Amino acid sequence: MENPQKHIIKTTNLSIGYASKKKVNTIASNLNIELGEGKLVCLLGKNGIGKSTLLRTLTKVQPALSGEIFINNNNLKTLNSLDLAKSLSLVLTEHLPESNLTVYELVALGRQPYTNWVGNLSETDLKFIDTAFEQTNTKHLINSKYYELSDGQLQKVLIARALAQNTNIIILDEPTAHLDIHHTIETFALLKKLAKDFHKTIIVSTHEINLALQLADILWLMTPSNFMADITENLIENNCLDQLFESDLISFNKTLKQFTVSNSY
Amino acid sequence: MVNPTKSYRNTFIILAVVLLLIFILNISLGSVYIPLKQLFLAFMNGEVEKESWKSIALDYRLPKAITAIIVGSGLSISGLLMQTLFRNPLAGPYVLGISSGASLGVAILILGASLFGGTIASFAFSSWGHAIAASLGAFLVLSAVMLAAVKVRNTMSILIIGLMFGSLTASVISVLAYFSSANQLQQYLFWSFGSLGNLSWNEILVLLVVFLIGITFVIFIIKPLNSLLLGENYAKSMGVNVKRTRSITLISTSLLTGVITAFSGPIAFIGLAVPHLTKLLFSTSNHKILVPAVAISGAIIMLICDSIAQLPTSEYTLPINAITSLFGAPIIIWLLVRKRKTTY
Repeated sequence: MENPQKHIIKTTNLSIGYASKKKVNTIASNLNIELGEGKLVCLLGKNGIGKSTLLRTLTKVQPALSGEIFINNNNLKTLNSLDLAKSLSLVLTEHLPESNLTVYELVALGRQPYTNWVGNLSETDLKFIDTAFEQTNTKHLINSKYYELSDGQLQKVLIARALAQNTNIIILDEPTAHLDIHHTIETFALLKKLAKDFHKTIIVSTHEINLALQLADILWLMTPSNFMADITENLIENNCLDQLFESDLISFNKTLKQFTVSNSY
Repeated sequence: MVNPTKSYRNTFIILAVVLLLIFILNISLGSVYIPLKQLFLAFMNGEVEKESWKSIALDYRLPKAITAIIVGSGLSISGLLMQTLFRNPLAGPYVLGISSGASLGVAILILGASLFGGTIASFAFSSWGHAIAASLGAFLVLSAVMLAAVKVRNTMSILIIGLMFGSLTASVISVLAYFSSANQLQQYLFWSFGSLGNLSWNEILVLLVVFLIGITFVIFIIKPLNSLLLGENYAKSMGVNVKRTRSITLISTSLLTGVITAFSGPIAFIGLAVPHLTKLLFSTSNHKILVPAVAISGAIIMLICDSIAQLPTSEYTLPINAITSLFGAPIIIWLLVRKRKTTY
């Protein structure tokens, strides 16, 4: 039995989508999510299904159409942006604007919610930054400029920045989109470690389904008609994964526990 | 682990010394050369060999040098703010049409003065009148460019939009010019050449006060500007109020560019080029370092441009804009040609 107090993220009858003056475009409705501490969640769904919309809504980038979201038992609507920044940090796919930032400075920016009005780093800040470098194994990069890094290194540094922000929730939007298989696995292993050893609640939207099946504690599946959230075994048992792609080309193989290309092409 | 963010104290000390030297040199050079010793005596209110030297130094060159410092610093800081806010290495008060906006404000005031009648006309020729009109003009154009920038993310498109605003204001000004008297036209034309001289102490005081107000605003947005280096979404996720930061930047840039343009005319390229040179020199993007560094560098470069413009030992003075363009335009070309993963 889970203690209801322990919900890191909880939504009640949440509807997400876009509302303009003319019409309301609902992407998903009746989402009731309950998420505990230290879980690695992989958000799966085909392109354009609304994964980003869900993440944007959970992070208060865009408003919910209806329903409530609770972050650490606080209603997202009444949570001010500074307090939210102390509970939830982001790793985004977008390109960083051009600048001269060093890796250290980039990670140190994660301390912004805690620093004084000119952004001076205190002893505590330095400690958190140091820990973030240790956890991501990126200490050797601190004096490089961020634009000198490879995509794989940059991804780790961006995760370090999120860690320096010292939040119990980290949300990543397709963090492995530009990475080769080695760095993809490395990134997922890192996220798994952060969830398991440091009790972070981590939500990742991704297309790496086979990796997600192996590593995630919980899967969120988005299909045009449905939103399913459960541990991987249950979803496999209930044949939920077949609904992910409504296509004859690809099907879920229960024994292999992965997607395979059908013979019918 | 020690905080590895670099200390720039030595660079700052060197820059400050250079600024002081250039400042003295700027006052001593000109159509009449004033020996350094005599200059020193003049400042100390001592006996100077020639009485004319004292008056040239104190009544003409000193106010001009102070103006140059404020103009250089203010425009450069404006440029820095815009480059960060627009995430655009080529942004600056001149290229984005902000200076044109300020010009429009002054043009309406000078050229349109006859339309407004007595009291407003007298206000129009006061220094505060110029400052307010120019700031409003700058604010207007900057707001418009910012609105466009929300829709258009492309670096080059924003520059072209700025250019179009420049053309728009130019056409309005030429219509105004067509209907105004020769006297007004001449007054406006001289103003638009750009000049650092001819400011009374009273006007310098106005310039300084508005400059300080603008700078004060900037100091309070140093931290959010740093988080904007990662883009607006990251900044928001770190608790930064992006809207408020944008508004404060808008106000301080309008004030700085506005008041400077009002008194010295539209000065080209300083606001764009100086932040780049400073970023090259300091190799940092941290605004806590960059804001003071850009202010000092801007002052130094403006003083150098002014020293060149007054053509030492000759009677002629070149328009200051000719010199700043000569120095700034190649920098833009170099920035565009040099294709690297990062631009400063």
